[in-house]
Amino acid sequence: MALVSALHTLLALVLAPLLVGVINRTKAIVAGRVGQPVRQPYADLWKLLQKGAVYSRTTTWVFRTGPVVGLAAVLVAVALVPFGGAPALLAFPGDLVLFAYLLGLVRFFTVIAALDTGSSFEGMGASREVTFAALVEPALFLGLATLARCTGTLSISAMFSGITLRGWGQGGPAFALLAAAFLIVFLAENARIPVDDPTTHLELTMIHEVMVLDHSGPDFAFILYSSALKLWLLGALLIGIIFPLRSGQLWLNSIVAVAGMVGLAILTGLIESCMARLRLVRVPQLLVGASVLAALALVLVLR
Amino acid sequence: MNVWIDTILIVLVLGNFLLLGSSRLAACIRVVAVQGVLLGVLTLLTHEEGVTVRILLLALVSTGVKGVVFPWLLTRALREANVRHEIEPYVGYNLSILVGTVALGVSLGLSARLPLPTQPLSSLIVPVALFSILVGLLVIVSRKKALTQVLGYLVLENGIYAFGVGLVQRAPVVVELGVLLDVFVAVFVMGIAIFHINREFDHIDTDRLATLRDWVS
Repeated sequence: MALVSALHTLLALVLAPLLVGVINRTKAIVAGRVGQPVRQPYADLWKLLQKGAVYSRTTTWVFRTGPVVGLAAVLVAVALVPFGGAPALLAFPGDLVLFAYLLGLVRFFTVIAALDTGSSFEGMGASREVTFAALVEPALFLGLATLARCTGTLSISAMFSGITLRGWGQGGPAFALLAAAFLIVFLAENARIPVDDPTTHLELTMIHEVMVLDHSGPDFAFILYSSALKLWLLGALLIGIIFPLRSGQLWLNSIVAVAGMVGLAILTGLIESCMARLRLVRVPQLLVGASVLAALALVLVLR
Repeated sequence: MNVWIDTILIVLVLGNFLLLGSSRLAACIRVVAVQGVLLGVLTLLTHEEGVTVRILLLALVSTGVKGVVFPWLLTRALREANVRHEIEPYVGYNLSILVGTVALGVSLGLSARLPLPTQPLSSLIVPVALFSILVGLLVIVSRKKALTQVLGYLVLENGIYAFGVGLVQRAPVVVELGVLLDVFVAVFVMGIAIFHINREFDHIDTDRLATLRDWVS
Protein backbone atom coordinates (compact mmCIF):
# COMPACT_ATOMS: atom_id res chain seq x y z
CA MET A 1 0.00 0.00 0.00
CA ALA A 2 2.87 2.35 0.83
CA LEU A 3 4.33 1.66 -2.60
CA VAL A 4 1.10 2.70 -4.30
CA SER A 5 0.96 5.85 -2.19
CA ALA A 6 4.54 6.71 -3.14
CA LEU A 7 3.68 6.04 -6.77
CA HIS A 8 0.70 8.37 -6.55
CA THR A 9 2.85 11.11 -5.02
CA LEU A 10 5.31 10.65 -7.89
CA LEU A 11 2.41 10.80 -10.33
CA ALA A 12 1.33 14.14 -8.84
CA LEU A 13 4.86 15.54 -9.10
CA VAL A 14 5.19 14.49 -12.73
CA LEU A 15 1.70 15.15 -14.07
CA ALA A 16 0.81 18.41 -12.29
CA PRO A 17 2.12 20.76 -15.04
CA LEU A 18 0.23 18.66 -17.58
CA LEU A 19 -3.08 19.87 -16.10
CA VAL A 20 -2.09 23.48 -16.77
CA GLY A 21 -1.24 22.50 -20.33
CA VAL A 22 -4.60 20.76 -20.78
CA ILE A 23 -6.46 23.82 -19.48
CA ASN A 24 -4.58 26.15 -21.84
CA ARG A 25 -5.08 23.81 -24.79
CA THR A 26 -8.85 23.53 -24.09
CA LYS A 27 -9.18 27.30 -23.94
CA ALA A 28 -7.28 27.64 -27.23
CA ILE A 29 -9.42 25.04 -29.00
CA VAL A 30 -12.66 26.62 -27.80
CA ALA A 31 -11.41 30.00 -28.99
CA GLY A 32 -10.65 28.50 -32.41
CA ARG A 33 -6.86 28.51 -32.13
CA VAL A 34 -4.48 25.59 -32.33
CA GLY A 35 -2.86 26.61 -29.08
CA GLN A 36 0.36 25.65 -27.38
CA PRO A 37 1.33 22.00 -27.04
CA VAL A 38 0.12 20.24 -23.92
CA ARG A 39 3.73 19.81 -22.75
CA GLN A 40 4.42 23.55 -22.93
CA PRO A 41 4.39 24.08 -19.11
CA TYR A 42 7.24 21.55 -18.79
CA ALA A 43 9.23 23.44 -21.40
CA ASP A 44 8.53 26.72 -19.60
CA LEU A 45 9.72 25.27 -16.30
CA TRP A 46 12.86 23.87 -17.93
CA LYS A 47 13.60 27.20 -19.60
CA LEU A 48 13.14 29.15 -16.36
CA LEU A 49 15.38 26.75 -14.44
CA GLN A 50 18.21 27.39 -16.91
CA LYS A 51 18.09 31.13 -16.31
CA GLY A 52 19.61 33.21 -13.57
CA ALA A 53 17.51 35.16 -11.10
CA VAL A 54 17.45 38.94 -10.89
CA TYR A 55 16.88 40.51 -7.47
CA SER A 56 15.94 44.10 -6.86
CA ARG A 57 18.17 45.98 -4.40
CA THR A 58 15.16 46.90 -2.29
CA THR A 59 14.31 43.28 -1.54
CA THR A 60 15.59 41.31 1.42
CA TRP A 61 15.97 37.63 2.25
CA VAL A 62 12.18 37.40 2.63
CA PHE A 63 11.77 37.82 -1.09
CA ARG A 64 14.20 34.99 -1.81
CA THR A 65 12.66 32.69 0.81
CA GLY A 66 9.09 33.05 -0.52
CA PRO A 67 9.21 30.70 -3.52
CA VAL A 68 11.33 28.07 -1.75
CA VAL A 69 9.11 27.87 1.32
CA GLY A 70 6.03 27.90 -0.94
CA LEU A 71 7.28 24.94 -2.93
CA ALA A 72 8.31 23.05 0.20
CA ALA A 73 4.90 23.54 1.84
CA VAL A 74 3.08 22.40 -1.29
CA LEU A 75 5.31 19.31 -1.50
CA VAL A 76 4.36 18.37 2.07
CA ALA A 77 0.70 18.95 1.21
CA VAL A 78 1.06 16.60 -1.80
CA ALA A 79 2.12 13.88 0.60
CA LEU A 80 -1.07 14.43 2.63
CA VAL A 81 -3.66 14.14 -0.13
CA PRO A 82 -4.97 10.72 -1.09
CA PHE A 83 -5.43 9.85 -4.74
CA GLY A 84 -7.46 7.19 -6.51
CA GLY A 85 -8.81 5.66 -3.32
CA ALA A 86 -5.39 4.73 -1.94
CA PRO A 87 -4.26 6.43 1.29
CA ALA A 88 -1.76 9.24 1.12
CA LEU A 89 1.91 8.92 1.96
CA LEU A 90 1.37 10.69 5.29
CA ALA A 91 -1.87 10.14 7.16
CA PHE A 92 -2.76 10.83 10.76
CA PRO A 93 -5.92 12.03 12.54
CA GLY A 94 -6.25 15.78 12.16
CA ASP A 95 -4.10 16.11 9.05
CA LEU A 96 -6.91 18.09 7.40
CA VAL A 97 -5.98 21.08 9.56
CA LEU A 98 -2.34 20.71 8.56
CA PHE A 99 -3.39 20.49 4.91
CA ALA A 100 -5.46 23.66 5.07
CA TYR A 101 -2.72 25.61 6.82
CA LEU A 102 0.02 24.36 4.53
CA LEU A 103 -1.96 26.04 1.77
CA GLY A 104 -2.23 29.04 4.09
CA LEU A 105 1.55 29.01 4.57
CA VAL A 106 2.11 29.05 0.81
CA ARG A 107 -0.18 32.04 0.55
CA PHE A 108 1.47 33.80 3.48
CA PHE A 109 4.91 33.52 1.94
CA THR A 110 3.72 34.56 -1.51
CA VAL A 111 2.07 37.60 0.04
CA ILE A 112 5.01 38.54 2.26
CA ALA A 113 7.44 38.20 -0.66
CA ALA A 114 5.16 40.43 -2.72
CA LEU A 115 5.05 43.03 0.04
CA ASP A 116 8.83 42.85 0.40
CA THR A 117 9.32 44.31 -3.08
CA GLY A 118 7.79 47.56 -1.85
CA SER A 119 5.72 47.93 -5.01
CA SER A 120 2.29 49.39 -4.32
CA PHE A 121 1.00 47.37 -7.23
CA GLU A 122 1.99 44.07 -5.62
CA GLY A 123 0.62 45.23 -2.30
CA MET A 124 -2.75 45.68 -3.93
CA GLY A 125 -2.68 42.14 -5.29
CA ALA A 126 -1.61 40.83 -1.88
CA SER A 127 -4.49 42.61 -0.21
CA ARG A 128 -6.99 41.09 -2.63
CA GLU A 129 -5.49 37.62 -2.36
CA VAL A 130 -5.73 37.65 1.43
CA THR A 131 -9.29 38.99 1.39
CA PHE A 132 -10.50 36.25 -0.91
CA ALA A 133 -8.53 33.58 0.90
CA ALA A 134 -10.24 34.51 4.16
CA LEU A 135 -13.58 33.89 2.45
CA VAL A 136 -12.53 30.60 0.84
CA GLU A 137 -11.24 29.04 4.04
CA PRO A 138 -14.68 28.61 5.72
CA ALA A 139 -15.91 26.80 2.62
CA LEU A 140 -12.92 24.44 2.64
CA PHE A 141 -13.21 23.75 6.36
CA LEU A 142 -16.99 23.29 6.34
CA GLY A 143 -16.57 20.90 3.41
CA LEU A 144 -13.89 18.88 5.18
CA ALA A 145 -16.00 18.90 8.35
CA THR A 146 -18.90 17.47 6.35
CA LEU A 147 -16.69 14.66 5.10
CA ALA A 148 -15.35 14.06 8.59
CA ARG A 149 -18.87 13.81 9.94
CA CYS A 150 -19.95 11.47 7.11
CA THR A 151 -17.11 9.03 7.58
CA GLY A 152 -16.38 9.54 11.27
CA THR A 153 -12.64 10.11 10.89
CA LEU A 154 -10.36 13.12 11.04
CA SER A 155 -7.74 12.00 8.55
CA ILE A 156 -8.06 13.02 4.91
CA SER A 157 -7.00 9.59 3.64
CA ALA A 158 -9.55 7.75 5.78
CA MET A 159 -12.24 10.27 4.86
CA PHE A 160 -11.72 9.80 1.15
CA SER A 161 -11.55 6.03 1.32
CA GLY A 162 -14.82 6.23 3.27
CA ILE A 163 -16.66 7.88 0.37
CA THR A 164 -18.34 5.15 -1.64
CA LEU A 165 -20.93 4.91 -4.36
CA ARG A 166 -23.35 3.62 -1.73
CA GLY A 167 -22.77 6.78 0.30
CA TRP A 168 -23.62 8.82 -2.80
CA GLY A 169 -26.87 6.90 -3.08
CA GLN A 170 -27.82 7.70 0.50
CA GLY A 171 -26.53 11.23 0.85
CA GLY A 172 -26.46 12.23 -2.81
CA PRO A 173 -27.69 15.81 -2.34
CA ALA A 174 -25.13 16.51 0.39
CA PHE A 175 -22.28 15.19 -1.76
CA ALA A 176 -23.49 17.17 -4.77
CA LEU A 177 -23.52 20.37 -2.68
CA LEU A 178 -20.07 19.50 -1.38
CA ALA A 179 -18.74 18.93 -4.89
CA ALA A 180 -20.15 22.30 -6.01
CA ALA A 181 -18.57 24.05 -3.01
CA PHE A 182 -15.22 22.35 -3.64
CA LEU A 183 -15.37 23.30 -7.32
CA ILE A 184 -15.66 26.97 -6.32
CA VAL A 185 -12.85 26.51 -3.78
CA PHE A 186 -10.78 24.83 -6.50
CA LEU A 187 -11.32 27.72 -8.92
CA ALA A 188 -10.72 30.41 -6.29
CA GLU A 189 -7.64 28.88 -4.69
CA ASN A 190 -6.01 28.31 -8.06
CA ALA A 191 -6.79 31.84 -9.28
CA ARG A 192 -8.91 30.59 -12.18
CA ILE A 193 -11.45 32.64 -14.05
CA PRO A 194 -14.61 33.50 -12.18
CA VAL A 195 -12.37 34.80 -9.38
CA ASP A 196 -9.10 35.78 -11.01
CA ASP A 197 -7.83 35.79 -14.58
CA PRO A 198 -4.53 33.88 -14.86
CA THR A 199 -3.66 35.33 -18.28
CA THR A 200 -4.35 38.98 -17.67
CA HIS A 201 -1.72 41.64 -17.44
CA LEU A 202 -3.99 44.54 -16.63
CA GLU A 203 -3.30 45.96 -13.21
CA LEU A 204 -6.91 46.42 -12.22
CA THR A 205 -7.84 42.79 -12.70
CA MET A 206 -4.82 40.90 -11.45
CA ILE A 207 -4.76 39.16 -8.12
CA HIS A 208 -2.40 36.23 -8.05
CA GLU A 209 -0.30 37.08 -11.10
CA VAL A 210 0.55 40.52 -9.81
CA MET A 211 2.18 39.16 -6.67
CA VAL A 212 4.74 37.12 -8.58
CA LEU A 213 5.71 39.76 -11.14
CA ASP A 214 9.11 40.47 -9.60
CA HIS A 215 10.22 36.86 -9.39
CA SER A 216 12.45 35.59 -12.17
CA GLY A 217 14.39 32.53 -13.27
CA PRO A 218 14.39 29.50 -10.96
CA ASP A 219 12.31 31.36 -8.36
CA PHE A 220 9.55 31.87 -10.88
CA ALA A 221 9.86 28.22 -11.95
CA PHE A 222 9.33 27.21 -8.31
CA ILE A 223 6.23 29.41 -8.14
CA LEU A 224 4.79 28.02 -11.38
CA TYR A 225 5.50 24.47 -10.29
CA SER A 226 3.98 24.95 -6.83
CA SER A 227 0.84 26.51 -8.31
CA ALA A 228 0.56 23.54 -10.71
CA LEU A 229 0.90 21.20 -7.73
CA LYS A 230 -1.77 23.18 -5.87
CA LEU A 231 -4.06 22.72 -8.87
CA TRP A 232 -3.41 18.99 -8.65
CA LEU A 233 -3.99 18.89 -4.87
CA LEU A 234 -7.37 20.58 -4.82
CA GLY A 235 -8.34 18.77 -8.01
CA ALA A 236 -7.53 15.46 -6.31
CA LEU A 237 -9.85 16.39 -3.44
CA LEU A 238 -12.65 17.24 -5.86
CA ILE A 239 -12.12 14.08 -7.94
CA GLY A 240 -12.07 12.02 -4.74
CA ILE A 241 -15.60 13.24 -4.03
CA ILE A 242 -16.98 13.01 -7.56
CA PHE A 243 -15.52 9.61 -8.55
CA PRO A 244 -15.62 7.41 -5.47
CA LEU A 245 -14.93 4.40 -7.69
CA ARG A 246 -13.47 1.39 -5.89
CA SER A 247 -12.92 -1.37 -8.38
CA GLY A 248 -10.64 -3.32 -6.06
CA GLN A 249 -7.80 -3.08 -8.53
CA LEU A 250 -5.36 -0.35 -7.66
CA TRP A 251 -4.09 0.40 -11.16
CA LEU A 252 -7.63 0.75 -12.47
CA ASN A 253 -8.50 3.17 -9.65
CA SER A 254 -5.43 5.21 -10.49
CA ILE A 255 -6.26 5.33 -14.18
CA VAL A 256 -9.83 6.44 -13.45
CA ALA A 257 -8.57 9.13 -11.08
CA VAL A 258 -6.03 10.44 -13.61
CA ALA A 259 -8.72 10.48 -16.30
CA GLY A 260 -10.92 12.38 -13.84
CA MET A 261 -8.15 14.94 -13.29
CA VAL A 262 -7.78 15.49 -17.04
CA GLY A 263 -11.56 15.79 -17.29
CA LEU A 264 -11.51 18.37 -14.50
CA ALA A 265 -8.81 20.32 -16.34
CA ILE A 266 -10.95 20.29 -19.51
CA LEU A 267 -13.96 21.43 -17.45
CA THR A 268 -11.89 24.26 -16.00
CA GLY A 269 -10.86 25.26 -19.52
CA LEU A 270 -14.49 25.24 -20.62
CA ILE A 271 -15.57 27.33 -17.61
CA GLU A 272 -12.82 29.81 -18.39
CA SER A 273 -13.87 29.96 -22.03
CA CYS A 274 -17.55 30.63 -21.49
CA MET A 275 -17.45 32.80 -18.36
CA ALA A 276 -16.18 36.28 -17.81
CA ARG A 277 -14.22 37.18 -14.73
CA LEU A 278 -16.57 38.42 -12.03
CA ARG A 279 -16.36 42.01 -10.95
CA LEU A 280 -14.19 42.37 -7.89
CA VAL A 281 -17.13 43.34 -5.68
CA ARG A 282 -19.09 40.28 -6.80
CA VAL A 283 -16.34 37.77 -5.99
CA PRO A 284 -17.00 37.73 -2.21
CA GLN A 285 -20.60 36.88 -2.99
CA LEU A 286 -19.52 33.80 -4.95
CA LEU A 287 -17.16 32.74 -2.18
CA VAL A 288 -19.76 33.28 0.54
CA GLY A 289 -22.07 31.22 -1.68
CA ALA A 290 -19.52 28.39 -1.63
CA SER A 291 -19.45 28.56 2.17
CA VAL A 292 -23.25 28.44 2.24
CA LEU A 293 -23.26 25.35 0.00
CA ALA A 294 -20.75 23.63 2.26
CA ALA A 295 -22.71 24.67 5.36
CA LEU A 296 -25.89 23.27 3.82
CA ALA A 297 -24.10 19.98 3.12
CA LEU A 298 -22.90 19.91 6.74
CA VAL A 299 -26.44 20.56 7.96
CA LEU A 300 -27.72 17.69 5.81
CA VAL A 301 -25.27 15.18 7.22
CA LEU A 302 -25.66 16.45 10.79
CA ARG A 303 -29.39 15.91 10.67
CA MET B 1 -38.10 8.17 -4.17
CA ASN B 2 -37.05 9.88 -0.99
CA VAL B 3 -33.79 10.99 -2.60
CA TRP B 4 -35.74 12.83 -5.29
CA ILE B 5 -37.90 14.62 -2.73
CA ASP B 6 -34.74 15.63 -0.87
CA THR B 7 -33.12 16.80 -4.09
CA ILE B 8 -36.12 18.97 -4.96
CA LEU B 9 -36.17 20.44 -1.48
CA ILE B 10 -32.47 21.28 -1.65
CA VAL B 11 -32.93 22.93 -5.04
CA LEU B 12 -35.68 24.99 -3.41
CA VAL B 13 -33.24 26.04 -0.67
CA LEU B 14 -30.59 26.95 -3.26
CA GLY B 15 -33.18 28.94 -5.18
CA ASN B 16 -34.00 30.87 -2.03
CA PHE B 17 -30.32 31.69 -1.54
CA LEU B 18 -30.09 32.79 -5.17
CA LEU B 19 -33.06 35.07 -4.60
CA LEU B 20 -31.35 36.56 -1.56
CA GLY B 21 -28.08 37.12 -3.39
CA SER B 22 -29.21 38.34 -6.78
CA SER B 23 -29.95 41.91 -7.77
CA ARG B 24 -31.33 41.13 -11.21
CA LEU B 25 -35.10 41.18 -11.11
CA ALA B 26 -35.51 39.01 -14.22
CA ALA B 27 -33.31 36.30 -12.69
CA CYS B 28 -35.31 36.49 -9.45
CA ILE B 29 -38.55 36.00 -11.39
CA ARG B 30 -37.06 32.94 -13.11
CA VAL B 31 -35.96 31.48 -9.77
CA VAL B 32 -39.47 31.79 -8.37
CA ALA B 33 -40.91 30.26 -11.56
CA VAL B 34 -38.58 27.25 -11.28
CA GLN B 35 -39.59 26.88 -7.65
CA GLY B 36 -43.23 26.82 -8.71
CA VAL B 37 -42.57 24.03 -11.21
CA LEU B 38 -40.58 22.07 -8.63
CA LEU B 39 -43.43 22.35 -6.15
CA GLY B 40 -45.73 20.87 -8.79
CA VAL B 41 -43.38 17.91 -9.17
CA LEU B 42 -43.15 17.65 -5.38
CA THR B 43 -46.94 17.36 -5.22
CA LEU B 44 -46.78 14.32 -7.50
CA LEU B 45 -43.84 12.75 -5.66
CA THR B 46 -45.41 13.04 -2.21
CA HIS B 47 -48.51 11.20 -3.38
CA GLU B 48 -46.64 8.32 -4.93
CA GLU B 49 -48.96 5.66 -3.57
CA GLY B 50 -51.71 6.77 -5.89
CA VAL B 51 -51.76 9.74 -8.22
CA THR B 52 -55.44 10.53 -8.48
CA VAL B 53 -57.04 12.89 -10.93
CA ARG B 54 -57.46 15.47 -8.17
CA ILE B 55 -53.78 15.40 -7.27
CA LEU B 56 -52.84 15.60 -10.94
CA LEU B 57 -55.18 18.55 -11.34
CA LEU B 58 -53.67 20.28 -8.32
CA ALA B 59 -50.11 19.72 -9.60
CA LEU B 60 -50.99 20.92 -13.09
CA VAL B 61 -52.84 24.03 -11.96
CA SER B 62 -50.15 24.94 -9.43
CA THR B 63 -47.36 24.43 -12.00
CA GLY B 64 -49.27 26.38 -14.60
CA VAL B 65 -50.06 29.31 -12.34
CA LYS B 66 -46.70 29.53 -10.59
CA GLY B 67 -44.47 28.44 -13.44
CA VAL B 68 -46.11 30.19 -16.38
CA VAL B 69 -48.74 32.76 -15.47
CA PHE B 70 -46.94 34.53 -12.61
CA PRO B 71 -43.61 34.85 -14.44
CA TRP B 72 -45.43 36.17 -17.48
CA LEU B 73 -47.38 38.72 -15.42
CA LEU B 74 -44.32 39.85 -13.50
CA THR B 75 -42.07 39.99 -16.56
CA ARG B 76 -44.66 42.20 -18.22
CA ALA B 77 -44.79 44.45 -15.18
CA LEU B 78 -40.99 44.55 -15.21
CA ARG B 79 -40.89 45.52 -18.85
CA GLU B 80 -43.45 48.27 -18.41
CA ALA B 81 -41.79 49.66 -15.30
CA ASN B 82 -38.48 49.52 -17.19
CA VAL B 83 -36.35 48.47 -14.24
CA ARG B 84 -33.65 45.81 -14.33
CA HIS B 85 -31.99 45.83 -10.95
CA GLU B 86 -32.83 46.12 -7.33
CA ILE B 87 -30.62 49.01 -6.30
CA GLU B 88 -29.47 49.51 -2.73
CA PRO B 89 -31.73 47.21 -0.73
CA TYR B 90 -32.08 47.88 2.99
CA VAL B 91 -30.07 44.72 3.69
CA GLY B 92 -27.13 44.05 1.35
CA TYR B 93 -26.77 40.85 -0.66
CA ASN B 94 -23.92 39.25 1.28
CA LEU B 95 -25.61 40.08 4.56
CA SER B 96 -28.90 38.71 3.18
CA ILE B 97 -27.19 35.41 2.39
CA LEU B 98 -25.70 35.26 5.88
CA VAL B 99 -29.08 36.06 7.45
CA GLY B 100 -30.50 33.33 5.21
CA THR B 101 -27.99 30.84 6.59
CA VAL B 102 -29.03 31.79 10.11
CA ALA B 103 -32.69 31.43 9.09
CA LEU B 104 -31.91 27.95 7.76
CA GLY B 105 -30.38 27.01 11.09
CA VAL B 106 -33.34 28.47 12.97
CA SER B 107 -35.86 26.59 10.85
CA LEU B 108 -33.93 23.32 11.29
CA GLY B 109 -33.88 23.82 15.04
CA LEU B 110 -37.51 24.83 15.09
CA SER B 111 -38.66 21.85 13.03
CA ALA B 112 -36.78 19.47 15.31
CA ARG B 113 -38.94 20.50 18.28
CA LEU B 114 -42.20 21.07 16.43
CA PRO B 115 -44.82 18.49 17.39
CA LEU B 116 -46.30 17.20 14.14
CA PRO B 117 -49.56 15.26 13.77
CA THR B 118 -48.09 12.91 11.17
CA GLN B 119 -44.60 11.89 10.21
CA PRO B 120 -43.65 13.82 7.04
CA LEU B 121 -42.28 11.86 4.08
CA SER B 122 -38.92 13.52 4.34
CA SER B 123 -37.45 15.10 7.44
CA LEU B 124 -36.37 18.01 5.26
CA ILE B 125 -39.85 19.14 4.24
CA VAL B 126 -40.74 21.05 7.40
CA PRO B 127 -37.42 22.93 7.75
CA VAL B 128 -37.40 23.82 4.05
CA ALA B 129 -40.99 25.07 4.25
CA LEU B 130 -40.20 27.17 7.32
CA PHE B 131 -37.04 28.43 5.64
CA SER B 132 -38.98 29.49 2.54
CA ILE B 133 -41.45 31.37 4.73
CA LEU B 134 -38.63 33.17 6.55
CA VAL B 135 -36.85 34.02 3.30
CA GLY B 136 -40.10 35.36 1.87
CA LEU B 137 -40.53 37.60 4.90
CA LEU B 138 -36.90 38.72 4.70
CA VAL B 139 -37.25 39.62 1.02
CA ILE B 140 -40.46 41.54 1.69
CA VAL B 141 -38.95 43.67 4.44
CA SER B 142 -35.46 44.15 3.06
CA ARG B 143 -36.07 45.11 -0.57
CA LYS B 144 -37.30 48.39 -1.96
CA LYS B 145 -38.81 47.55 -5.33
CA ALA B 146 -42.49 46.63 -5.27
CA LEU B 147 -41.77 43.79 -7.70
CA THR B 148 -39.25 42.10 -5.43
CA GLN B 149 -41.72 42.34 -2.60
CA VAL B 150 -44.27 40.47 -4.72
CA LEU B 151 -41.61 37.80 -5.29
CA GLY B 152 -41.08 37.60 -1.54
CA TYR B 153 -44.78 37.08 -1.09
CA LEU B 154 -44.68 34.26 -3.67
CA VAL B 155 -41.77 32.55 -1.92
CA LEU B 156 -43.64 32.80 1.35
CA GLU B 157 -46.66 31.17 -0.28
CA ASN B 158 -44.38 28.48 -1.78
CA GLY B 159 -43.23 27.67 1.72
CA ILE B 160 -46.78 27.33 3.00
CA TYR B 161 -47.69 25.17 0.01
CA ALA B 162 -44.67 22.90 0.54
CA PHE B 163 -45.66 22.57 4.19
CA GLY B 164 -49.18 21.53 3.23
CA VAL B 165 -48.15 19.17 0.47
CA GLY B 166 -45.44 17.47 2.46
CA LEU B 167 -47.29 17.14 5.70
CA VAL B 168 -50.96 16.70 5.05
CA GLN B 169 -51.39 13.63 2.90
CA ARG B 170 -55.12 13.99 2.51
CA ALA B 171 -55.44 17.73 2.15
CA PRO B 172 -58.65 18.63 0.42
CA VAL B 173 -57.75 19.66 -3.09
CA VAL B 174 -60.48 22.28 -2.99
CA VAL B 175 -58.66 24.06 -0.16
CA GLU B 176 -55.38 24.01 -2.04
CA LEU B 177 -57.02 25.24 -5.22
CA GLY B 178 -58.79 27.95 -3.24
CA VAL B 179 -55.47 29.13 -1.79
CA LEU B 180 -53.98 29.07 -5.27
CA LEU B 181 -56.85 31.19 -6.55
CA ASP B 182 -56.32 33.67 -3.73
CA VAL B 183 -52.62 33.91 -4.53
CA PHE B 184 -53.41 34.30 -8.20
CA VAL B 185 -55.80 37.16 -7.54
CA ALA B 186 -53.30 38.76 -5.15
CA VAL B 187 -50.46 38.64 -7.68
CA PHE B 188 -52.77 39.87 -10.41
CA VAL B 189 -53.81 42.83 -8.29
CA MET B 190 -50.22 43.50 -7.29
CA GLY B 191 -49.16 43.42 -10.94
CA ILE B 192 -51.77 46.02 -11.73
CA ALA B 193 -50.78 48.01 -8.65
CA ILE B 194 -47.14 47.99 -9.76
CA PHE B 195 -48.22 49.22 -13.16
CA HIS B 196 -50.20 52.07 -11.61
CA ILE B 197 -47.48 52.99 -9.13
CA ASN B 198 -45.06 53.15 -12.01
CA ARG B 199 -47.40 55.31 -14.09
CA GLU B 200 -48.07 57.74 -11.28
CA PHE B 201 -44.60 58.06 -9.81
CA ASP B 202 -42.23 56.90 -12.58
CA HIS B 203 -40.62 54.36 -10.26
CA ILE B 204 -41.58 51.33 -8.16
CA ASP B 205 -39.49 52.10 -5.09
CA THR B 206 -41.75 51.57 -2.12
CA ASP B 207 -39.59 53.60 0.27
CA ARG B 208 -40.17 56.71 -1.79
CA LEU B 209 -43.93 56.26 -1.61
CA ALA B 210 -43.79 57.46 2.01
CA THR B 211 -42.76 60.91 0.87
CA LEU B 212 -46.07 61.43 -0.85
CA ARG B 213 -47.23 65.05 -0.96
CA ASP B 214 -49.25 67.39 -3.08
CA TRP B 215 -47.78 68.48 -6.33
CA VAL B 216 -48.35 72.17 -5.57
CA SER B 217 -46.41 72.32 -2.30
